[in-house]
Amino acid sequence: MMIDRQARKVLFETVAHRVIASADELTDLDRAIGDGDHGINMRRGFEAVLAAVDELSAKDLGESLKGLGTTLVMKVGGASGPLYGTLFMSLGKSLKDEVTCEQAADALAAAIEAVKARGKSDVGQKTMLDVFSPVLGVLREGGAGLSARLKSTARAAAENTIPMRAIRGRASFLGERSIGHMDPGARSSALIVDAVADVMEGFA
Amino acid sequence: MSENVGIVIVSHSADVARGTALMVEQMVGREVPLGWCGGDPRGGLGTSVEAIMAAIDRAWSEKGVAILVDLGGAETNSEMAIEMLPESRRDRVVVCNAPVVEGAVMAATEAASGATLETVRRTAEELTPA
Repeated sequence: MMIDRQARKVLFETVAHRVIASADELTDLDRAIGDGDHGINMRRGFEAVLAAVDELSAKDLGESLKGLGTTLVMKVGGASGPLYGTLFMSLGKSLKDEVTCEQAADALAAAIEAVKARGKSDVGQKTMLDVFSPVLGVLREGGAGLSARLKSTARAAAENTIPMRAIRGRASFLGERSIGHMDPGARSSALIVDAVADVMEGFA
Repeated sequence: MSENVGIVIVSHSADVARGTALMVEQMVGREVPLGWCGGDPRGGLGTSVEAIMAAIDRAWSEKGVAILVDLGGAETNSEMAIEMLPESRRDRVVVCNAPVVEGAVMAATEAASGATLETVRRTAEELTPA
């Protein structure tokens, strides 16, 4: 798949608009088990992405993803800034404009490791990793109907964080009381996967 | 240019950061280069990589800089800020695993004695239960 300048612009805009449209939902989730700023922070970060989208998407895919990551690092404010920033910056390190499914999977695998290191966290701790890890599994399988499977996997994975107990972040202060709520970072991750899958479907 | 290790205070709250900085200055006056920041890029509660990088710059010392943080995001953002520094500075900045107020005062007092970055960090981290 070729991700040219126009595709990059559509991709970044779609992801940004979806996150911004769900900002209130993310904040509500975060109010239940965190400090209630996830939606506000993500909206601020992705509004900055929208403001710079022409400049960002003019660069090749690798550099534009790094630029997107840097924008999130600088503008988001909460811990999600460095975490999402690290994810996108890591993806940008290896991806070229022409992307195969296998290359995307390798890039995501490396990005997941980078996020684990940044957050000192792992799968099963009620975080964004609990979405990206199963999404990577589906991406590795590839095959027909990939976009739909990515979306359903991401959505289900975010819901699977509901019974988990938080080990990292502000939610871990709640201990057992973090159980029963969806992790806001897992939800925002699912929104991003959903948006990317939709855009890829259009360009496949 | 100061001879002493610099101290940076990073809190989610500008008031906490400023108050902690005042407590540090009460102990060590101007003997220790000091930087602080608190609040997100729009002035709410939170932390900002950009502000942390600027605070490191204000507190810069050739002997290095010790950062004291409050909650999770402050630590993650501080680590990110360190990685975004010029390579020549990166390995001379550390985040201390210590309570922000007590840690900053202890670290600054140690720094004022001319201690190395590693000693300043260890002194602050003695406050953290093993």
